[in-house]
Amino acid sequence: MILTEQEKAEVEANRRRYEQHKALGQQQAPKALPPPTPRDGAPIAADAIIHRETVPGGWYYVTKLGRGEAVRIINTSGTSCVSIQAWNALDPSERLNHADTIKVQWAASLRKGRVILSDMGRALLSIIEDTSGAHDTMVGGSNAATNAARYGAGNFRNTRDNFVLAAGKLGLDRRDVHPSIAFFAPVAVDSQGRFEWHGERRHQGDFVDLRAELDLLIAVSNCPHPLDPSPSYAPGDIDLIRYQASQLAADDLCRTVSLEAKRAFENNAFYLAGAAGRA
Amino acid sequence: MTAIPASARIVLDTVIPARVPWSAIIRKGQTLRIVDSHGQQAVDTLFYAASDFGERYSGQDTLRAQGSAYVTTGTRIMSTEGRTMLRMVADSCGLHDTSAGACSCESNTVRFGHQTKYLHACRENFVLEAAKHGLSKRDIVPNLNFFMNVPLDPDGNFTVVDGVSKPGDYVEMIAEMDVLCLISNCPQVNNPCNGFFPTPIQVVIYEAGED
Ligand SMILES: [Zn+2]
Repeated sequence: MILTEQEKAEVEANRRRYEQHKALGQQQAPKALPPPTPRDGAPIAADAIIHRETVPGGWYYVTKLGRGEAVRIINTSGTSCVSIQAWNALDPSERLNHADTIKVQWAASLRKGRVILSDMGRALLSIIEDTSGAHDTMVGGSNAATNAARYGAGNFRNTRDNFVLAAGKLGLDRRDVHPSIAFFAPVAVDSQGRFEWHGERRHQGDFVDLRAELDLLIAVSNCPHPLDPSPSYAPGDIDLIRYQASQLAADDLCRTVSLEAKRAFENNAFYLAGAAGRA
Repeated sequence: MTAIPASARIVLDTVIPARVPWSAIIRKGQTLRIVDSHGQQAVDTLFYAASDFGERYSGQDTLRAQGSAYVTTGTRIMSTEGRTMLRMVADSCGLHDTSAGACSCESNTVRFGHQTKYLHACRENFVLEAAKHGLSKRDIVPNLNFFMNVPLDPDGNFTVVDGVSKPGDYVEMIAEMDVLCLISNCPQVNNPCNGFFPTPIQVVIYEAGED
């Protein structure tokens, strides 16, 4: 394609803008992300706790999470993997978008300080505490076929079916089941792009705290990750603690850590102001 | 570019202009060829089972089945139900992404600043094209990006960088079920996925002839 001089100038201007933007996104912001939360750290005040639940291995859990509430997901056995789905409770066509989450933040790895974005350019969940940083955004959960391939014949619960069940109970259906993010799933890629499993990065008592930034519907599936090489299907229980998080402050880590997160929270503010206006 | 065999029956041969969406049904056994006519043009692509649009492309299942973060010859393009929708049988480029999803007006505001909200984007294309088949935004899932270069390093850094596709580079997939294919010929000019200058692509659907 032969470009005119003016088109060439536009291309160069666009490229310069991108290079500046990339430098900001990758170098200046994020400012140093915090270290992982210690496994014996970040206690939850007793009067902030709304609900506790133990989800048995293989099972799923559905809840509504009001804006400002958080859920702590605890890997009590140390061998569990927890996949999640999230939808805007007022309009479930807005949902967790793993692709935007990693692309916009220039990072396939999630850890304390990162946000989970919706397909509408808003922050759905903030990762306000996280002991491990060993999570998977690339490969997602198990299904009947991956279980059969790993464990052979048998009736093993899987994440895909759990999410279809969860969606059904929320009045949604399998069209609403979308790619998921899997916590406590230590998936990495090597220099060739091949997936690796780093089981040693999971520890008993690991937890991650997700704070809802809009009123949300949440589904959680507690099934082994499809890349978990363990030949036996033996998912452990997980504990969930739903609690009232502290007020979202102007200097909140998750909304100031990068320019991208800041803009996502600005989009939340525009949306919430509009929602209040309609009420 | 390897020529399409003279014995093949061409079902469709069309040019998709820069920035424009397109869709068609590809029947089981037919081959879909997507040609990056001018090079460095991201081709955002989605598939739905023609018999049940509730079964659709799954990037995560595709990567898991592939065992790696990229898509190339030999990749099975997987559905949400864990079935192979198409098999990639030729790839003259070698670098395609299925982790970064499509651009949208909304994600552009977060990625590039609020001033980019009113720029045409792939999800606008997908929603318009999907609507012709009775589908809606709810049905738009993260897609395949042919000819888009998204290196992922072992530290988890993730960027969109200059595409490596040259004029005429192409991919070919054989459908293993009847599929609806949606394409958005990506209009993005805020990152290098289109060399900052969106260009036309060519799509050919053909059936192998009798030898
Ligand atoms: Zn695009």
